[in-house]
Amino acid sequence: MIRADTSTPGPAGRTERAERAGRTEQAGRTGQAEQAAATGRPGRWARFLAPEADRGNALHPGAWWLWALGLAVGASRTTNPLLLGLIVAVAGYVVAARRTDAPWARSYGAFVKLGLFVVGLRIVFSVVLGSPIPGSHELFTLPELPLPDWAQGIRIGGRVTAEQLAFALYDGLKLAALLICVGAANALANPARLLKSLPGALYEVGVAVVVAMTFAPNLVADVVRLRTARRLRGRSTGGVRAVLRIGLPVLEGALERSVAVAASMDARGYGRTARVPPAVRRTTGVLTLGGLLGVCAGSYGLLAAEGAGYGLPLLGAGLAAAVAGLRLGGRRSIRTRYRPDRFGPRSWLVAASGAAVALLMIRAASYAPGALHPGVVPLTAPELPLWPALSVLPGLLPAVIAPVPPAREDASE
Amino acid sequence: MIRFENVSVTYEDSARPTLRNVDLTVPEGELVLLVGPSGVGKSTLLGAVSGLVPHFTGGTLRGRVTVDGRDTRTHPPRELADLVGTVGQDPLAHFVTDTVEDELAYGMESLGLAPAVMRRRVEETLDLLGLADLRDRPIATLSGGQQQRVAIGSVLTTHPKVLVLDEPTSALDPSAAEDVLAVLQRLVHDLGTTVLMAEHRLERVVQYADRVLLLPDGVLGTPAEIMAVSPVHPPVVALGRLAGWEPLPLTVRDARRRADGLKERLDRCAGPLSRPAPSPDPGPVPEFAVPAPASGTPASRGSAPGRGGGLSLFRRRRTPAPVPGTGPDAPLVDVRRLAVRRGRVEALRRIDLEVAAGETIALMGRNGAGKSTLLSALVGMIAPTGGTVRVAGLVPHATDPRTLIRRVGLVPQEPRDLLYAETVAEECAAADADAGAEPGTCGALVAELVPGVAGGTHPRDLSEGQRLALALAVVLTAAPPLVLLDEPTRGLDYAAKARLVTRLRGLAAAGHAIVLATHDVELAAELADRVVIVAGGEVVADGPTAEVVVSSPAFAPQVAKVLAPRPWLTVEQVEEALCR
Repeated sequence: MIRADTSTPGPAGRTERAERAGRTEQAGRTGQAEQAAATGRPGRWARFLAPEADRGNALHPGAWWLWALGLAVGASRTTNPLLLGLIVAVAGYVVAARRTDAPWARSYGAFVKLGLFVVGLRIVFSVVLGSPIPGSHELFTLPELPLPDWAQGIRIGGRVTAEQLAFALYDGLKLAALLICVGAANALANPARLLKSLPGALYEVGVAVVVAMTFAPNLVADVVRLRTARRLRGRSTGGVRAVLRIGLPVLEGALERSVAVAASMDARGYGRTARVPPAVRRTTGVLTLGGLLGVCAGSYGLLAAEGAGYGLPLLGAGLAAAVAGLRLGGRRSIRTRYRPDRFGPRSWLVAASGAAVALLMIRAASYAPGALHPGVVPLTAPELPLWPALSVLPGLLPAVIAPVPPAREDASE
Repeated sequence: MIRFENVSVTYEDSARPTLRNVDLTVPEGELVLLVGPSGVGKSTLLGAVSGLVPHFTGGTLRGRVTVDGRDTRTHPPRELADLVGTVGQDPLAHFVTDTVEDELAYGMESLGLAPAVMRRRVEETLDLLGLADLRDRPIATLSGGQQQRVAIGSVLTTHPKVLVLDEPTSALDPSAAEDVLAVLQRLVHDLGTTVLMAEHRLERVVQYADRVLLLPDGVLGTPAEIMAVSPVHPPVVALGRLAGWEPLPLTVRDARRRADGLKERLDRCAGPLSRPAPSPDPGPVPEFAVPAPASGTPASRGSAPGRGGGLSLFRRRRTPAPVPGTGPDAPLVDVRRLAVRRGRVEALRRIDLEVAAGETIALMGRNGAGKSTLLSALVGMIAPTGGTVRVAGLVPHATDPRTLIRRVGLVPQEPRDLLYAETVAEECAAADADAGAEPGTCGALVAELVPGVAGGTHPRDLSEGQRLALALAVVLTAAPPLVLLDEPTRGLDYAAKARLVTRLRGLAAAGHAIVLATHDVELAAELADRVVIVAGGEVVADGPTAEVVVSSPAFAPQVAKVLAPRPWLTVEQVEEALCR
């Protein structure tokens, strides 16, 4: 690391630590007092309550993603609509309890809508294109489109059975649950902060992604502004034509803004690199490329039937080389990180709760396969199996232990 | 600290150089102000210091620019990042990250400072700029003034030796501007930072400058020397020139010390504490081709309401809303107990406002007070959540836009939002068609307002003032009796502003009512009959300009501050009042 500043960080670091300690102590005390006043319980439990969130104690965004992936793995093991509903409810409750007021936190609703759309689409496809599921409960029959011989096996229209609809519904719900889990992670973890945790060599890619992500909301804001401005010219503000007419000015504005952001980034030192000896540079290239090749060959070996013997070691070696290459590449970047998120005990617990859901559901798939995949032929009502249902509940842990976001402020104009 | 040696800059698509043979030396720790009319290369000169010109913008730079001994020819902007901090005109275009704290740290991260150093400097900067309460806020949710302070803070954290600012206060209300300038002065005094700044609103900044650079001549001198010859100057200097004070005063305080003689003369001529006419005679206004504004009765509503645009599936039913009981005496604008909410924010509360035909009203108040929201409600871009809005007897948000543009027109903060076409001529043809006016109406207005603009010019290539005038022409094509302008003087130099004032006075004389939302106290003093001050979404003052403005320290123009408690607001009024 290069210290451009010669001042000694020692005393500052110490006072800062002391300050922080003082602050948490104070926060703890007020928390205790409030708790005691509110419930009359002894205050000593107050220190186990989740603290108010600020930047210093924020959960690592990776923890949220691991938690959500755990739920998603759990959802992928079952087609039982009751269990899927339970998983969605768990994710939804945690989001409701712990999301902030930030722009990215509002994406949860969009993901829920997307999930519902997927369910609807799956059912429509099943109705129109038919389904290989045999069934006896015929609901109605659509006129069938006669198709030529070469299109054998494809059917458009025809009879629709309750079994095939139930199957399509279960299948669609599974996909929707996966999407909603991703949406939950998106709402709870700041995507920019997640990218900040990337290794140094990938940092600049991460910044590009962040800038691209701020681009989209700005574009939407532009469209809204220009659409309302059309009213000032006496034109209608709604309709497809209105959006098409403002397309060009919006794109022009977006382009100008991206050039301005690029200028600003450049003027603020984006892309400054340290000089590294050519040998190191070459080693970096060799390690990264070689590592990636090794990963490819290793995965092929694992998947192909005859290569199981060398597949695993090759994959491992490839991964190691790629990681070493990235670390070495990080030397070129002189960047330092401001207040990186720490993977503290609460983060570990949140990640572990997701992993627990995933593991328990995978186990449940082996001891209660019938309950996790309710039959559609013959049509039976799905039941809520006790143990698999209980194994989803650890996913609620973050709603208790994650730091509480501060009371929502009214966003100013 | 900064040296320009015979520097000329030529952009690729222009025939003549934007900067020509500039020689300049700025010593360390000085605050240098760049003044000059629009388009003389102020931004180019600033960009040359940070290396963005020509590394980023293209073009050819001849001569040599060195900053602290580093030649910008061999040092691209990122290699100067530890030395020069740059803040552009639009703070939103400056931000790379999404929260305040990350933004402050971004530059330091790029330079590779140690985490402990970064932490300490972020805390210091948060305090210095009063941003501590906003540290975790997403930048998109901040007001304009707050964003400007974050932008300045984000370059301060790297402790640059040179700070380059392009119009840092043009988007800010008077008190937010003073906050920003106070910070700059503190940097110059306490840290010895060299500041190079371009600003049109000289009345705000000239007293802070150690030196002033006048472009395009490239003359560097003390503020008093330059102001004596500069074609652009703040009102206090104009007053000093009028009264023949030597040396010229640059601050209200200087002027007030010398003003005794002038006050006596004024009192002798006009009688003690006499009132000047609230709005001076518009003077020789060019004959406007403006068709007489349509009268407020709904009889002239010819076009069929309801037909929106082609493919709209979910078109709302527009109810033509003639209001019973709006006689000819009813005010043009009648707002009663208007409330507007956005989510949980009450943007406006219990607003009452009446505007009569021919009246000019200035809406003032700090950033985010609700001025733009009120204007939007008047043109129906926002539906009120409570109360009523009537403009010429119509309910704006429930009226077909094609009908409404003949009643009220708004020139938005960014005039570009109003312009879609590729050329000025196309824009005019479209405006005629939109308004149902005779072909050529808009063209005639453009010729009046912006003489000498070729019809084939792209609206983007116009200067700020010309673009504003084009947008105004487009709005006036429909001859609305009510014209609204949102922050019209942003980015305008004094000459363009003077032209705007003449035009608006002409419109008012022709019977148009004008409402302008502005931070520019001098503009309000020159134009407005009445000033309405909005704070926290409520009207806190409403009265004749002289009464409201003279009593307010933030909104008083310089002349009023010098001559208080006498009621003169502008140099023009003083000139008229003096007997010769």
